Amino acid sequence: MKHSISTFRQLYYTCKEQSKQIFEVAIENEVDKGDYSEYNIRLQAKKTLDAMKEAIKEGLSSTELSPSGMSGDDCDRLQKRYSNNRSILGTTAEKIMKYALATSEQNLRMGTIAACPTAGSCGIVPSVLVAYAQDNKIKEDAEINALITAGEVGRIISNKMALAGAVGGCQAECGVASAMAAAALTQMRGGTVKQIINASALALKNVLGLTCDPVCGLVEIPCVKRNPFLAIHAVTASELSMADIMSKIPPDEVVDAMEQTGQLMSPLLKESSKGGLATTKTALALAKNILK
Amino acid sequence: MNQSSIIDIISPIMAGPSSSHTAGAVRLGLLARNIYNAKPDKITFKLYNSYASTGKGHGTDKGLLAGVLGFSVCDKRIKNVFNTAEAKEIEYEFEFLQDFNRHPNAVDFVIEGGLNMFISGNSVGAGEIEITNINNFMVKLNGKYNTLLLVYDDVPGVISTVTGIIQKDKVNIASLHCDRSGKGKDASMCICIDGDLSRDCFKEISDLKNMYIVRYIKKLES
Repeated sequence: MKHSISTFRQLYYTCKEQSKQIFEVAIENEVDKGDYSEYNIRLQAKKTLDAMKEAIKEGLSSTELSPSGMSGDDCDRLQKRYSNNRSILGTTAEKIMKYALATSEQNLRMGTIAACPTAGSCGIVPSVLVAYAQDNKIKEDAEINALITAGEVGRIISNKMALAGAVGGCQAECGVASAMAAAALTQMRGGTVKQIINASALALKNVLGLTCDPVCGLVEIPCVKRNPFLAIHAVTASELSMADIMSKIPPDEVVDAMEQTGQLMSPLLKESSKGGLATTKTALALAKNILK
Repeated sequence: MNQSSIIDIISPIMAGPSSSHTAGAVRLGLLARNIYNAKPDKITFKLYNSYASTGKGHGTDKGLLAGVLGFSVCDKRIKNVFNTAEAKEIEYEFEFLQDFNRHPNAVDFVIEGGLNMFISGNSVGAGEIEITNINNFMVKLNGKYNTLLLVYDDVPGVISTVTGIIQKDKVNIASLHCDRSGKGKDASMCICIDGDLSRDCFKEISDLKNMYIVRYIKKLES
């Protein structure tokens, strides 16, 4: 039986030995495990991509507030700003921030989104992937390859730790999403296998210890705004990696550090809403009004 | 270790806002529906810990009910499930409880009808779920495999008879989990299989002596 891939090191050497791209090796590895065919995997990626684009579209045109009333109109604010003032980062970055907010707000109003890897972090991968693909005329097949590349990065990290705020804090949700988005972007830009994996490692390293302290226990504050932040964070990781700025700590060791950090973090800061932002004076006042 | 797949990472496509608290809830409801396998008269949902304290804001209550009614995780009706015609046909209530011996995202389904049934499960993160208890039998069901669930008299030879019948279908058993309430009393078996079980095979197992509950629970769509 072939050994299935469970580390970045194995992924890198398999790609190198077989002169293949990450998505090719990822698909073969998945097919070897026997649960899915290549067709199944590409079909799910296509469905996910379609759902991502639909969520962006719907999110851009809605100002409906969440059931709690705490959020839902920030994407509209950003669009208004950009209709008169350009971002210093350029139009693709504008799109990325708008799309991340659009998706994230669509999520909290119980709209349909793709959890990638989780619902709270659902704006990060699509915003980077779709905005870049639109502005650079990337074909759908290549978008799907990028999404599978992102999925492989998430899968490898999830072998070491559960992608859940309650287990690892937000580093395990938005942090991992950012690492996945960095991989997808670097793939679409024609980065090497090494640059793609390195981009993920750079993104992860910079979110270690990120807490999950949602106000009122809802996926709103700080989750919604964190999506555009960590989408741009993914772009930074890709930029650095494309310049061959390498993580001195190997990617698998970064994941180990993240797993350890998650364990060391107090449960009060892991999706229990018993610390951090969730217990500020203002948050407690909000909770009183909302969770009655 | 049961590794996750790329498909787990880039899905589900779901109604927000929380994979564990909304999509996970729908999936738990769907499995409970398939396990019960009949139209219930009344369901009491007992939500524990985080499911209890943040469930309303995340639509966990809506998700659980939607799942029991057979809606998929991306069904647009979830948001307004309490107003759907389907929801008006059954009686239901929610209890919100704290119990630190239970998983942070735990739920019990107390189902009353032609058959009364008690089902417990947990939402373990990223929309992944597990059913851990059916009528006080420990089970292991996560919706990722087609699963045969049996409750029967604890007599010698049942496991080999059942696996022998499955073997005729040439399907591979991915995992087998057994439990019993006591020697010679009730026993349960949860068999996850690769592929699909034929109708004949299912009937042959259903017709075995001493079987109380026989369910073939299809895997959930991702």
